[in-house]
Amino acid sequence: MTGTAVVPKKRMSPRKRAALVRYVQYALLVLLVVVLALIADWGEIRRAFLDLDIAGAQFPDVIVIALKNTIIYTACGFAFGLALGLVLALMRLSSVGPYRWISTGIIELFRGLPALVVFLVLGLGLSLAFGTQLSNLTTVTLALGLVGGAYMAETIRAGIQAVPKGQYEAARTLGMTHSRAMITIVLPQAFRVILPPLTNELILLTKDSSLVYILGLSLDEYELTAFGRENMNANANLTPMVTIALCYLLITVPLSIVVRRLEAKSGKAR
Amino acid sequence: MTVTADRGAAAIDVQQLHKYFGDNEVLKGIDFHIGRGEVVCVIGPSGSGKSTLLRCVNLLEQPTSGTILVEGDEITDPDADVDALRARIGMVFQQFNLFPHMTVLRNLTVAQEKVLKRGRAEATQVARANLEKVGLSDKADAYPAHLSGGQQQRVAIARALSMNPDMMLFDEPTSALDPELVGDVLAVMKDLASEGMTMMVVTHEMGFAREVADKVVFMDGGVIVEEGLPADVLGNPQHERTQAFLSRVL
Repeated sequence: MTGTAVVPKKRMSPRKRAALVRYVQYALLVLLVVVLALIADWGEIRRAFLDLDIAGAQFPDVIVIALKNTIIYTACGFAFGLALGLVLALMRLSSVGPYRWISTGIIELFRGLPALVVFLVLGLGLSLAFGTQLSNLTTVTLALGLVGGAYMAETIRAGIQAVPKGQYEAARTLGMTHSRAMITIVLPQAFRVILPPLTNELILLTKDSSLVYILGLSLDEYELTAFGRENMNANANLTPMVTIALCYLLITVPLSIVVRRLEAKSGKAR
Repeated sequence: MTVTADRGAAAIDVQQLHKYFGDNEVLKGIDFHIGRGEVVCVIGPSGSGKSTLLRCVNLLEQPTSGTILVEGDEITDPDADVDALRARIGMVFQQFNLFPHMTVLRNLTVAQEKVLKRGRAEATQVARANLEKVGLSDKADAYPAHLSGGQQQRVAIARALSMNPDMMLFDEPTSALDPELVGDVLAVMKDLASEGMTMMVVTHEMGFAREVADKVVFMDGGVIVEEGLPADVLGNPQHERTQAFLSRVL
């Protein structure tokens, strides 16, 4: 080719081509939605998912029992997990070898196991091994706390390490002890950094709290998923599932918004 | 060298200090002495061990061997209360290291309250006096991120002074500053020196060393090559390594 190659041929510019591709994608999406809407059996869907009589019958229990229990289980598990995670993170960063080994072992164990397995082992195994029957709330607190704590330990450790070493040194040169320097200077800065990932962990635990059903619950211990399943079976209808799905979103969507706010804020502070 | 008679007057007395990082010997048997009220500037090329020496004096670095006495107390003794000793030694860092999650005032009061157990009112009073001293009374409620480097370093000095230390260590306090901000920080340090504060200053500011120091120490390769009056060490260096260094920086 000669120097005329610089002049484009009669073809679409890359930007126009990208726009065309996008329009085709939109058209395909609309087409898909229309086709699905046409072939769906709306009467059946309304009957199976959106039966207002069945939905109405679930109130107020779905709120005052199920949603309340989900929140209680999650809060207890998260509180224990956060405390455990903090201890494990500090042990992991310790200069004492055995502390590091123990915390690494615990973290790897509970990060590596499915939460369901932890629930089963704690719920059934502990009573067999020690002959004591833990209450369901204790079991769910321990199980969620161990699983969540193992994840949070790594997050907290990363947060502590993100605080410049000079902060710790400055605190020590002012005469603070190691613990005082960690509590007053290092940890507050670390938690600022890790608030968004910790809130994500809270959302994950909210959903994992449904695994408590494996323990066998009495009626007033039902959380959202167990409540939904029970009512789904009793009514032979999926409407209860839609109800509890909305309840979960009632917890998780506000939390997601909080996370995004926090991320935007910490991004600005940098 | 130091004689036993004036040991009592020694603010800092370092004897046969060795420090290894792994196999790397950073300090090779340092003997070093600062009398009460003296201002000593430590100069030398980077990697000469001068910052390590300074950081050994308050045990931010653990010496491999040797003895360090601060006001007659042996801080290298395994039984020494290092936290209590550190509270008596102010330190100013190259990177300021202000606490970013606290206001300027809180930066100055937190250790007074948590370490010296002063009440809030007394701590605040001391803090405000020291802010006044470094010329930043109006910044008490600001956060460090909103201050210039020079202002941050002056706050860091005020923070150290709020502990009423017996002496102050400065680790290249002006090296991270824009050139036009260096003067303010040096002025504060000069004021301190004229008030009789014992000061150990690791610095590249030869003008400050010449004007303010009672003694200049030149370090290279982990040893003290030459020390003496600023006019002698800076104006008429005897050792060729000192001459070579000064010809490059002056």
